Amino acid sequence: MASNEEILAGLAEIINEETGLATDAVELDKSFTDDLDIDSISMMTIVVNAEEKFGVRIPDEEVKNLSTVGDAVNFISQAQA
Amino acid sequence: MARKVVVTGLGATTPIGGDVPTLWQNALKGVSGVRRLTDDWVEQFDLPVKIAARLTVPAEEVLSRVEMKRMDPSTQYGVIAAREAWKDAGIENVDHDRLAVAFATGIGGVWTLLNGWDTLKEKGPRRVLPMTVPMLMPNGVAAAVSLDLGARAGAHTPVSACASGTEAMSVGQELIRSGKADVVMVGGAEAAIHPMPIAAFASMQALSKRNDDPEAASRPYDIDRDGFVMGEGAGALVLEAEEHALARGARIYAELAGTSVTADAYHITAPDPEGLGATRALKAAMFDARVQPEDIVHVNAHATSTPVGDKPEYTALKAALGSHVDNVGVSATKSQMGHLLGASGAVEAVLTVLAVHERMAPATINLDNQDPEIPLDVVTTARDLPEGDIVALSNSFGFGGHNAVIVIRSR
Repeated sequence: MASNEEILAGLAEIINEETGLATDAVELDKSFTDDLDIDSISMMTIVVNAEEKFGVRIPDEEVKNLSTVGDAVNFISQAQA
Repeated sequence: MARKVVVTGLGATTPIGGDVPTLWQNALKGVSGVRRLTDDWVEQFDLPVKIAARLTVPAEEVLSRVEMKRMDPSTQYGVIAAREAWKDAGIENVDHDRLAVAFATGIGGVWTLLNGWDTLKEKGPRRVLPMTVPMLMPNGVAAAVSLDLGARAGAHTPVSACASGTEAMSVGQELIRSGKADVVMVGGAEAAIHPMPIAAFASMQALSKRNDDPEAASRPYDIDRDGFVMGEGAGALVLEAEEHALARGARIYAELAGTSVTADAYHITAPDPEGLGATRALKAAMFDARVQPEDIVHVNAHATSTPVGDKPEYTALKAALGSHVDNVGVSATKSQMGHLLGASGAVEAVLTVLAVHERMAPATINLDNQDPEIPLDVVTTARDLPEGDIVALSNSFGFGGHNAVIVIRSR
């Protein structure tokens, strides 16, 4: 079970790998689309990589509700519980 | 009077050089880019062919990590070559609505397609990446180059197997002549050194099995040739309407004076033994350029080093050029870098433009015993071309009976 800090760090690595964004730019209150400029195809790639990294399932219909990095961290944390 | 089309920029990444200056230097010197493959899959599948010609400068040394992830290798190579050509052309202001792309490939995103299939089988549909479709589609290269340059006058993808790269020149020329574009980035890209295409080409007995002597494996016109060697890479040329180039004071390498494309309608893979389709392509290209056989001083031949392929090209050259064929220095540059499939015509166009511009025909290597049935004047060591107005041809032929020829005239 990963802590929220570990989930944030893991997500930041995945986002960095996919988009080249610096890991410290990935903060809890940042919007994937408005702040991080992540398009829908990159978002799906990040979701699939996060599923593998954290051993969770993030249903497609749930992805649209993950507007900020914090939303994703909370969802993964709860899914792991 | 049709608009004249000139070449103002060149780019390439190949098995004998990661940029145009290195490619040209090595093409004159006569080096082989063919090596024994060291990938695990060669032994894993016990491939009958264990040699190929890889890029000398891997794409990851040129592109960013994110670019590498989002592009199939074929697109990576195309973008690398196109960026070099664009920089070389030095165009500072362009109407992006009048800038087009015609970038060819023979096979397209074969690595992405087959990796996606492996992922599906091993990990299930969820793990097949969302970027798979834009990476595997054959128009992916043209689309990526269009995006990179902001080219909005159309992004075309000629696909005609090993004639694709030369057909792209024809498409670019037509776009400028018809007035639909002023500048066109043309080229071809291929990245098919993967065990499946190697197995498939080997299965049709098209590839050389000279596994113990890779550098001697690609030997067009030699009596002991036993097939082509797979190569990879990309070539790119900036085509420009002459008045557009003159208005900005551009350096003009040469004129793309004529092109033609014909089809054999004879057999799906075998060339017409009489070379009739190729002859028609040669004659039509020379007519398009308004040149006579006597004007031709150099040919960059298709010459892949297959036992059945090299001779019909000679038959066609003889039919199209008549007795003048004996006065023409022919270079078979696939002897050095193998066969880049859909990229070969583009890289050979770069070499033909440079041959005319620098007045020097590149070398053909591995010609130890010339096939007596192909008595061409083969350029084995780089040779000076005459002063004055000179004209050169470059031929490409592809499975499916595709024939494409371009005519390059000096400036």
